[in-house]
Amino acid sequence: MSDGGVKRMYLVVESGQAEQPFRWSAGTYGSRFLTAIRDDGTFTGIKCPKCGHVYVPLRRVCGPCFTEMTELVPVSNEGTLVTFSVVSFGFVDPSTGKHRAVPYGYAVIKLDGADSYLIHFIDETDPAKMKAGDRVRAVFEDEGERTGSMLDIKHFELV
Amino acid sequence: MERVAVIGVGMTQFARERPAETAADLVFEACTRALEDARLSIEDVDVVITGSNDFFDGRTISSMAVMDACGSYDKNVSTVEGDGTFGAAHALMRVLAGWGTVLYCAHHKGSESVMPLITNAMFDPIFERFLGIEAVTSAALQARAYMDRWGLDEETLALVSVKNHGNAFRNPVAQLPLETTVEDVMGSPYIADPLKRLDCAPVTDGAAAVILADREHARSAGSRAVRVRGVGYSCDAFHLGDRDLADPSALRDAAARAYRGAAIDDPARQIDLAEVSEVFGYMELMWCEGLGLCGPGEAGEMTASGRTARDGDIPVNVSGGCLSANPVLVSGLNRVIECVLQVRGEAGEHQVEGVRTAVAQGFNGPCGQSQCVWVLGGEE
Repeated sequence: MSDGGVKRMYLVVESGQAEQPFRWSAGTYGSRFLTAIRDDGTFTGIKCPKCGHVYVPLRRVCGPCFTEMTELVPVSNEGTLVTFSVVSFGFVDPSTGKHRAVPYGYAVIKLDGADSYLIHFIDETDPAKMKAGDRVRAVFEDEGERTGSMLDIKHFELV
Repeated sequence: MERVAVIGVGMTQFARERPAETAADLVFEACTRALEDARLSIEDVDVVITGSNDFFDGRTISSMAVMDACGSYDKNVSTVEGDGTFGAAHALMRVLAGWGTVLYCAHHKGSESVMPLITNAMFDPIFERFLGIEAVTSAALQARAYMDRWGLDEETLALVSVKNHGNAFRNPVAQLPLETTVEDVMGSPYIADPLKRLDCAPVTDGAAAVILADREHARSAGSRAVRVRGVGYSCDAFHLGDRDLADPSALRDAAARAYRGAAIDDPARQIDLAEVSEVFGYMELMWCEGLGLCGPGEAGEMTASGRTARDGDIPVNVSGGCLSANPVLVSGLNRVIECVLQVRGEAGEHQVEGVRTAVAQGFNGPCGQSQCVWVLGGEE
């Protein structure tokens, strides 16, 4: 236990490369949402029978109404920018385990036809070139390359 | 609610790394100080509650690792995984359930893990986590949404960092006293725009503890007992995309519940001092608005005019706040403790004259998802 030949006064024990793998079920509605992206390159929303709110991604229950939803509605691949950030700090990508190149953009997007927002990447790294209300559209991975995850959406781009 | 009081508080020194102490050592330090402060020994404590998070500690049932250090051996013990304001609320409920004295402690060793990996795991693994989004980057989205809503600039957000880092010079347990200017904050590197390094709280090691007691035990504590006048909490939606990030609605609800208990109907006039969890500078502005210390969209101006400064009419984070020490989970408990010390008139160099009623705020989750408010002090 030494650091560059210098004996540390206070020792540490490292966890090493131990992993904790999980297999999370996407559920019925999550699977439908991801399947429509994978197979058709389209977004699907789900509508609350009580308040009429359309949610993306799909889920079973409208939280505020505590009401089960079943009505699927089509949602556009285009929408508006709600807010965004350009990220400049290096970060290990949790999906690949590799350092992601900086800078990159995050966006909160309101798809046309939906009431809740989607969070994803935006293909723009100059904050001066974006503002809330700008039109954006989804860019998907090529057909055949899609695996049924949110990464089947490459990113959003400014229209 | 006037049946419970805080009769003892203890905090460790907060630092970027405390390599000589394990989490349990820090807990022991904080609990020992709280017991000394309350003039009690561990035998006098009926119930112990610990606060920890398995992800941060890198171990399952992390609370078990601090059992000896908080004197809970053979005692009535339970655990709260969440911010210290919520843990202390659990302690409050144990007192209301009939236990005379309850010790609650929380710990955090930020130096032992990789913060963004852990806060990334707050997000939904199917729809959000793959983005790598975590505490700082989600806060950046909220900061911009809030700035856009009220037409604020980054310089206004920077005022919070300047004020709180400056306040930390008078707080001996603070980690990061800094003499800094708006220009310094603006010149610090962007982490995730609009947030820059000096807008963000540091990584911290430390622990804190409080002892809550029923009326009978509070009476023996005399003037050191600070009454809990009201506690409220409220939670916003889980998915970030389901929330209006610019609106602190959960905090407004939590505050309304706490104020109802405390019979406060005009918080801006009735509250003398606030300690809020500004893990990022802009949060102090949002939380001041959520607590009703000013109207929606007015906190920027309130800060610029000096009203939240140490010598202002509603001082906020005279301790230096989370920007000057951010042991996650412990942070909210620190806010409660700072309020207790201020009401007792024992906050030392950062004591504000004449604090009778103080409010503490803490939160769990990204962008202040779940909020908890404590009103402390006041006349009998």
